[in-house]
Amino acid sequence: MAKLSLEELRTLRKDESERIAKRNIHGKDVHVVVAMGTCGINAGAKLTLNSIVDEIEAKGLDNVIVTQAGCQGKCEMEPIVEVYTPALGAVAYGKVDSKLAKQIVDEHIIAGKILTDHQIKLEV
Amino acid sequence: MGFKNYILVCGGTGCESSKSDLIYKTLIEEARNQGVADQVQVIKTGCFGFCEQGPIVKILPEDSFYVRVKPEDAKDLIAEHVIKGREVTRLLYNKTPKKPLEEVEDIQFYQKQLRVVLRNCGEIDPENIYDYIARDGYVALEKALFEMSEDDIIEEVKISGLRGRGGAGFPTWMKWNFTKQTEGDVKYVVCNADEGDPGAYMDRSTLEGDPHSVLEAMTICGKAIGAHQGYIYIRAEYPLAIHRLEIAMKQARELGLLGKNILGSGFDYDIEIRLGAGAFVCGEETALLQSIEGHRGMPQPRPPFPAVKGLWGKPTVINNVETWANIPVIIAKGGAEFAKIGTQDSHGTKVFALTGKVCNSGLVEVPMGTTLREIVFDIGGGIANGRKFKAVQTGGPSGGVITEENLDTPIDFGGLQRIGSMMGSGGMIVMDDSDCIVDVAKFYLEFTLDESCGKCFPCRIGGKSLYNILDKITIGNGTEEDIEELRQISHAMQKGSLCALGQTAPNPVLSTLRYFPEEYEAHIKDKKCPAGKCKKLIRYQIDPNKCIGCTACSRKCPVGAISGELKKPHTINQAACIKCGVCRQTCKFSAISVE
Repeated sequence: MAKLSLEELRTLRKDESERIAKRNIHGKDVHVVVAMGTCGINAGAKLTLNSIVDEIEAKGLDNVIVTQAGCQGKCEMEPIVEVYTPALGAVAYGKVDSKLAKQIVDEHIIAGKILTDHQIKLEV
Repeated sequence: MGFKNYILVCGGTGCESSKSDLIYKTLIEEARNQGVADQVQVIKTGCFGFCEQGPIVKILPEDSFYVRVKPEDAKDLIAEHVIKGREVTRLLYNKTPKKPLEEVEDIQFYQKQLRVVLRNCGEIDPENIYDYIARDGYVALEKALFEMSEDDIIEEVKISGLRGRGGAGFPTWMKWNFTKQTEGDVKYVVCNADEGDPGAYMDRSTLEGDPHSVLEAMTICGKAIGAHQGYIYIRAEYPLAIHRLEIAMKQARELGLLGKNILGSGFDYDIEIRLGAGAFVCGEETALLQSIEGHRGMPQPRPPFPAVKGLWGKPTVINNVETWANIPVIIAKGGAEFAKIGTQDSHGTKVFALTGKVCNSGLVEVPMGTTLREIVFDIGGGIANGRKFKAVQTGGPSGGVITEENLDTPIDFGGLQRIGSMMGSGGMIVMDDSDCIVDVAKFYLEFTLDESCGKCFPCRIGGKSLYNILDKITIGNGTEEDIEELRQISHAMQKGSLCALGQTAPNPVLSTLRYFPEEYEAHIKDKKCPAGKCKKLIRYQIDPNKCIGCTACSRKCPVGAISGELKKPHTINQAACIKCGVCRQTCKFSAISVE
């Protein structure tokens, strides 16, 4: 560590707050849950998850949390992704591959449009 | 990209004593063993405040709040939560998986709390300066060094209305201003971290969880008053806080945030730690300064106040840890913003260490003006074991008791004084109906008696006399004149003692006399202790109708005072009974009563 100048401290703070923001959940109003049960993982949920996270990062979204969940009980529709937004509530999608995952981020989260063709209903 | 999960493990002294350090290490080891070391970051933070439920582990981004975690749970947390994405419900505080977007603040303990002083506790790694910087750390120092004049800084503190959090509530800006205005080539800044009230640990937790906030504040004050050296006086029995302060100071020096020419501003400032041996009176500012100088910790007459003649005779600002921790927020966000919190008389928040017979003991920070009822019943969850609320002791050995009738008094400096207690440093001990009020007064007197330095006689002799009378009352030898004598000695101590220790030592006596006169009378006139606490005044008795003669009590009695035939009611030999209460705890038929 070297002694900082005022400018260096400011740059450092900017970088560090971006780093620490990743573990901050306050002010994040969009929540994406990827089902990662054995069925989901087998159907490629890991690729789906990575694709979502990459796209969020690429588009610079800072209000989204991505978490995992277990089996959703509709194994034939895996990988299943649920998206919670204040405007659209909870929406579930089935058979989400990497391409569709990217689309969900762009059209559902950013543009606020439900991709009705891929929407599924989850029994609770 | 960042990590998939962040695991925050409480590293406060409370949780560390329940093996949180081992939990931290095991989590890292398990993450490695299970092949996800690159996906999770394990961070040791400061106190989360919910000490009752410790050790606490919080996993982000799900914001899962795990309580009473054991080292052997680490394996499940990694395997289930991190790898499979399933919350480990048995360890969750609510025992039910959280719905998406539900926050930890939904836990009742955290509602009504507002964390200003503890803003970083439980959020950052206190041993990593970059975590502090990331959360706007040293923004205030930047402003103070490059954008504000000395008077601007003091003006901002004045606007904030900040009053000393150590107990007396003296306006902070005035201390700074007096010190600045006093002529002198050398001036000092001192942090009072000699927290000594029984049950209080607010300052320790602040230093353990966010040491840089205090370093930053002291540096800002240095600039405002023209000092280049600060001292932190901390008791040696706070090893973790000292350790983290040392790391923080080292890191700050390496980055040029302490030492010569800070951030290239030309301003030099450094801080040293001075360890105290743990004498209560050294929390009194003049005694504390004596102790830093290497003398015996004895209070000096004021005036002159430290602002005029302090450490080594030089003008000195001395503030308590919690006061310091507010400063960076005030400078960074503005005094007016800070002044919006709290009541007209007292701005900002106050941290309390809530302990005693309450369900959720822990570290609590609330806006000034919150009522005691909200703290004890909403945040604290009410009285433990279904017993009845009796009183709360605030202000430690210098404070007083607050009863049911005053529970709705908003807590601020003036409010507490009006009901015969004081803000103090923030210890808050809850008592239930099994606590004897005379015994409580005796406990605090014993404490101040032990801690009195002995220099002035009202404190030295008065304290001992008060203690003797209280002791006499608890063993059933009290007379009606004793009450008047307690009052007279108390008033003499208040008027004649040299420092706050002696002046306030009688407060627990006066306040318990004021609110519980009937309990004193029961001890004196009826020779009874209503709470069943004073051994000389109680009898254990076996109800012959309930006793089935199982002999369990007579086998447990350490002095063989219980006799009787098998399957016949037993009796207690009162002459031999030492009133330990073991028989009552042992009896499965509630046949033994105390009166």
